[in-house]
Parts: sequence; structure tokens; C-alpha cells
Amino acid sequence: MNNLGFNFCFYSAATLVLVTAIIATFAESIVNAAFALFFTLAGMAGLYLLLGADFLAVTQVIIYVGGILVLMLFGVLLTNRSIATLRLETSRSHFIAAGITGAIFFALLLVVISHTTWKYESSKAPSLVETIGTTTPDPAPKPLLKDKNELSPTTAEIGANLLTKYLLPFEISSMTLLVALLGAAYLVRRRET
Amino acid sequence: MTITLHHYLVISALLFSLGLISCVARKNAIGILIGIELMLNAVNLNFIAFSRYSDSGIGGQIFAVFIIILAACEAAVALAIIINLFYNFGTIIVDKADRLQR
Repeated sequence: MNNLGFNFCFYSAATLVLVTAIIATFAESIVNAAFALFFTLAGMAGLYLLLGADFLAVTQVIIYVGGILVLMLFGVLLTNRSIATLRLETSRSHFIAAGITGAIFFALLLVVISHTTWKYESSKAPSLVETIGTTTPDPAPKPLLKDKNELSPTTAEIGANLLTKYLLPFEISSMTLLVALLGAAYLVRRRET
Repeated sequence: MTITLHHYLVISALLFSLGLISCVARKNAIGILIGIELMLNAVNLNFIAFSRYSDSGIGGQIFAVFIIILAACEAAVALAIIINLFYNFGTIIVDKADRLQR
């Protein structure tokens, strides 16, 4: 894969994510929004892959696309009598006000991003392309960046970290998941009054 | 032209803004949930991009794993609440669910 191919992959994944996110935000029918979210999440998995996070890309597909989105569609279908007449019932003025809010927020984020001096970027963090090694290496590679020059599978490292350094958060989050699922099952019981 | 950290940050900022718009503008509770998922994904992308472009190791990716776990919890509980809302009010338009007592 050369530089051009990598850029092509990045820009197509980014376009997929942004276009479908716009559809998910502004679609009139909630079923359309949910299906657009499907493609957004899949494109995010592609971006994770381009960042070298293979475990997270697979996790994203399994949990978000396979779990959360299906749950959401269940929610859509359970709470509506007919999906043919489903509308989000958002007036245009709401969208205009919210759009102004979002635009201001985005401008603020852009200002912050462009005015911050990123400490590691100035020392020329290598991109994925250079890690594969088609381009010439930097004349003076900084020793600040360790081992960024090769991509390796991250699953083993994440697993080892989860059971050593991050053991307590891991156990707490597993308890949280258990409690949340039990609570959700309790909440949706239909009570006979 | 090489892809740098800035590209990912701008994508993430756009996604977060779109999620914010969806959260604020929607009246349907599931639409709000879709906005929240967009924002969580934007934050995840930020974490992973920083984890890649800094030398801080794999901590960012592990943080992203925890965020995904919490997103799953949040989606399950939120949908349970939405379905309860539907039982009690017959609608999931949040503007119409404005009573504290039945």
C-alpha cells in the first residue's frame, strides 16, 4: 500500500462517516436515521483500522453494529404502531437553532485544534504509510517516539494491560454492565396493575 | 500529503457537532439516543488517534474499550426507559411526556 492508496482509504472512510452522520442527524424518518447510523459506525471501524487499532475495530463492529444498533431498531419498532407513518416530528426552526449551536461549537473546536501546539506532532509522528516502509525514513528520527514504526496486533497488549494495570476499572466496568443489563430487564417488565 | 493527527481531530469535531445538533433538535427519544451515540463515537476516535500519534502507549485504546462498554450499558438502560415511557404515555416524543405523576 503506498501513500496514495492509504489516502484514498482514509478519505473514503471519512466521507462515508461524515455523509451518513449528516443523514442520521437530519433524516426525517427515524428508520432512515437508524440505518444511516449503521454505516457511520461501520465507517468508524474502518477509521480505527487505519489508526492501527485492529481489536477496537472488531469490537466496534460486534458491539455497535451488532448490538446497540439492533437494540435501537427494536426500540423503534416496539414504540411505534406503524413504521410507515414514522416521523421525527422536529420542526424546521428547531433544526435551524440547533444547527447554529452546532456550527458555533464546531468553529470553537476548530480554533482550539488549530491553535494548540501538539507536542508529539512537532516531532513528526510517522503515519501508517511510513510504517510499512515504502517511503524513505526520516533523516533524523527522534528517539522520543518508541516503536511507532511498526504496526503490530494490539489484542495481546490490550488483554495483558486489562488484567494487570487496568484490572480494577475492568472489574468495575464488568459489574456496571451486569447491573445495567439487570436494571434494563427489570425496567421493561410490563407490570400488571 | 500525509494524513496527520489534525485530519482525525477535524473529523471527530464534525461528528461531535452533528451529534450535538441531533441531541438538541430531535424530539423523538430514539433520535436523541442516536445523537448520543454519534458523540460517543467522536470521543472514541479522538482517544484512538491520540493513542496512535503520541508515545503514551496503548492507554488510549483501553480507554476506548471502557467507553464502548459504557455505551452499551447506556443504550440498554436508555431503551428500557424509552419503552417504559411508551407504556406510560403512549408516545416517545419527549415534549409530550411532561407530567411527573400519572
